[in-house]
Amino acid sequence: MSTGVALSLDVNGRPLSTHVDVNESLADVLRAHAGATDVKVGCGEGVCGTCTVLLDGEPVNSCLVFAVQAEGRSVATLRGLGDGNGGLHALQRRFLSHGASQCGFCTPGMVLTAEWFVAQNPGADRDQIREALSGNICRCTGYTKIVDAVEGYARELEGVPDEVSDVG
Amino acid sequence: MSVELAPPPVAAQARDRSPVHQDFVQKVAGELAYADDWAMPGMLHGVVIRASAPCGRITRLDTGAARSVPGVHTVITAADVPHNVIAEEASGLGLDPIVMPVLAAETVRYDGEPIALVAAETPWAAAKAAELVEVEIEREPGVYDPEAALEPGAPLVHPQGNTCVTWRMERGDVDAALASADVVVEGEYRTQHVDHAYLEPESGIGWIDGDGVVTLRVSTQVIEHARQIAAILRLPHSKVRVIAAYLGGGFGGKEDMTVEPHLALLVAKTRRPVRMVWSRQESLTARQKRHPFIMRYRTGAASDGRIVAQDVRIVGNAGAYPLLSARVLFAAAVTAPGPYGVDDVRVESVAAFTHTVPTSAFRGFGAMQVVFGYEQQMDRIAEALGLDPVTVRRRNFVKRGDRRVTGEPLDTDVALDECLTEALGALGDPPAARDGMRVGRGIACNMAPYGRAVYFADRASCWIGLEQDGTLVIRAGVTDLGGGQAASLAQIACEILGVSIDRSSVHIGDSALNPLVGGTFATRQLYMSGNAALKVARELREKLTPVAADMLGAAPESLDWADDIVCAREEKERKLTLAELARAAEAEGVMPYCHSTFEAEVGEFDPRTGRGRSFPDYTYGAHAVDVGVDEETGEVSILGYAACHDVGRAINPQRVQGQIQGAVAQGVGYALSEQIDIEDGVCTSLLFADYLVPTSVDLPDIVPVVLERHPGKGPLGARGIGEPPIGPVAPALAAAIHDATGVWLTKLPMTPERVLASLRADADADPETAAA
Repeated sequence: MSTGVALSLDVNGRPLSTHVDVNESLADVLRAHAGATDVKVGCGEGVCGTCTVLLDGEPVNSCLVFAVQAEGRSVATLRGLGDGNGGLHALQRRFLSHGASQCGFCTPGMVLTAEWFVAQNPGADRDQIREALSGNICRCTGYTKIVDAVEGYARELEGVPDEVSDVG
Repeated sequence: MSVELAPPPVAAQARDRSPVHQDFVQKVAGELAYADDWAMPGMLHGVVIRASAPCGRITRLDTGAARSVPGVHTVITAADVPHNVIAEEASGLGLDPIVMPVLAAETVRYDGEPIALVAAETPWAAAKAAELVEVEIEREPGVYDPEAALEPGAPLVHPQGNTCVTWRMERGDVDAALASADVVVEGEYRTQHVDHAYLEPESGIGWIDGDGVVTLRVSTQVIEHARQIAAILRLPHSKVRVIAAYLGGGFGGKEDMTVEPHLALLVAKTRRPVRMVWSRQESLTARQKRHPFIMRYRTGAASDGRIVAQDVRIVGNAGAYPLLSARVLFAAAVTAPGPYGVDDVRVESVAAFTHTVPTSAFRGFGAMQVVFGYEQQMDRIAEALGLDPVTVRRRNFVKRGDRRVTGEPLDTDVALDECLTEALGALGDPPAARDGMRVGRGIACNMAPYGRAVYFADRASCWIGLEQDGTLVIRAGVTDLGGGQAASLAQIACEILGVSIDRSSVHIGDSALNPLVGGTFATRQLYMSGNAALKVARELREKLTPVAADMLGAAPESLDWADDIVCAREEKERKLTLAELARAAEAEGVMPYCHSTFEAEVGEFDPRTGRGRSFPDYTYGAHAVDVGVDEETGEVSILGYAACHDVGRAINPQRVQGQIQGAVAQGVGYALSEQIDIEDGVCTSLLFADYLVPTSVDLPDIVPVVLERHPGKGPLGARGIGEPPIGPVAPALAAAIHDATGVWLTKLPMTPERVLASLRADADADPETAAA
């Protein structure tokens, strides 16, 4: 709402200045004011993880963050992950090649969480990956192919040759 | 013209045969515009006002205060709905229709039933107005349990009575067969209300487009609802258009209409674009659920384990309105005996109205609940006879030619023996015992229909054309739920016409611009639209073959179509591109496109005799699971899971694996943790946090085995796979828990509390075991 308080933040490297209601969530503001429709809202109560964004580099459920809390901070959404020219990030390519996305609604939050986690824990194994993704619900895939994709990406970063062990 | 029917082994070829389709690229890039991702200039925001009591009369409905909120454009109640009927004659067999209103007028029949609609300039104004709509409901006695609803004197949900539907099917002499059986096992099994819990809420936007067409872009499985919406608005069918965005999940929960009639009414009234998004709470409390079943089985067997009699009675809770209950209970009845041959069989399947949230379609559609019944019966027969559960099943698996309870024979081959072997093989060695944890293994098998019941005379149409640059365009009114429904049409058409997959586009989900194929439900979409795409692609190839043969100076039957080129098989350099062919054909007046309709097989079913034709075909499968049961907490850990289904032919093996893995995950939630709690008609599962969908740490790697053994009736011999793999999960887990602990759990979900209670009851009954 244009009558609300002034808010300035950085979204995927671009400055955003707007006015918001004090009780508007970061998720709603990103969607409505920054065109960030890649931020999905699945439950609005911080359970499903679809609205995950990186706030100053840390994953948060943006439905539980008031937009005004992001004043002066930087936000990364899924679209901030690629090369900015439509090229996909290596983890996004893994999601594609492993068939880790079905309806796709959980994918933005899932990819962001996984990318952040692998960056912090480059040697993570499947169990650790599962633990890291436990706040992001997927209703379609049963998670196996998602873990395949994230594990494949983690090994790729380590230079391990691809075994294509996930299919069959 | 020939198409190779024998594909290479799945594992070796899975990646080659699983091309990435554009919609998945957009999904991983975060670029796909879902139903809630559209905004329009001048858009209003719609909200539903719902009943806050399960049953009673509306004695006061005052919208004055709501209308006076700044920014509010309209408040709509039942009196404003031109034709306040969600028309549905669900059985397809001419049962008495019971009217479900779009907005409750005088009577409330379930908690959360829509009563009024608001459209306002901001979501906040709409929410404020919704709070100010004054509704008074005078409570009346309600009935919430389906068996209580069928008792004489129960409060009536509808004046016609509380029986929604009764199906009776019988073959042979069940009573005599039970009397002569060596062993008779009786069991009662209960399942619960569960929610689809797709992550994308019910949502969409509507506007009035050119030519005065009320246009909705929504998350729906069925664009053909445009006709029902037109009836509600009293508009000609041609004046309503439904566009289905790619869905953020459906699973049957977007098969009945959700936001569509509400949006349409608000758009028609305000003449402005309107957006509506249901909250997670609305979705959990007021959108239709899976039917809870009470199943009573009496199964007779000979001493060698052969099933000689099967007597089943099912009562399903339909909730307050029919929706698709009649069809769900029909599927349950037909599949209630399971994938086992038996000549003396009787099934009665009843849906009862109650003052609870309506139930309707959910992945598996009646044919999944019964698996929990018939598979535990098989295990208990094995136990009673001292036989192995695998052996008992192998002695009874149905085969081609066997008759169903409806009297009809199965007319395709059954690979259950092989599925069971494959699933057990993929699971590997049983896990070792661990401290404080009892381990066990369970199996379960199922048969699940794909395609609508044949008395619906199902049809699907498709349009395919070559552009002048040789790219391919496919038009079909498919809705895509994330299973690759659009992608599979591209794969099929491109295979027949030799087009590279990235040189094709599929235009789907538009009731105005697409040939209609019917909704994505009943595991029918690959069977129906896939066969339509195959038929049209072949017709187009036949149509263009004489032109190509002429241009190449080759015999028509000698042409190969591959890699965007048509060439003579024996003389590869004699070739032309599809672009050249398309332009030449058009110049000759042979238009390079075709439109055609696939017609599924048709049959008749007589509801009075319970005999006739039911489903076109089935997909068969077997699951095997290892669990650990914590003796202190009752918690069940899944240590390994393998699932094998014979899909005839996998159009896209990776997507087939994904369907199997995803269905297993949903089945695990259904089996162990998910439940919508309803107390005296009032839903108390108000938060998503209360509804325990499995997370990544609740599941092991799920090993899918995609068997391509016996051709089905889908395109290129495929069988449907969307729904079938959810069926065996709960009984396989129950069997594994029994193997680990000796207790039978007959009520879902098998929560730690219930498991622990069963362990303690078992220990109380047998102190020596407890001591050991």
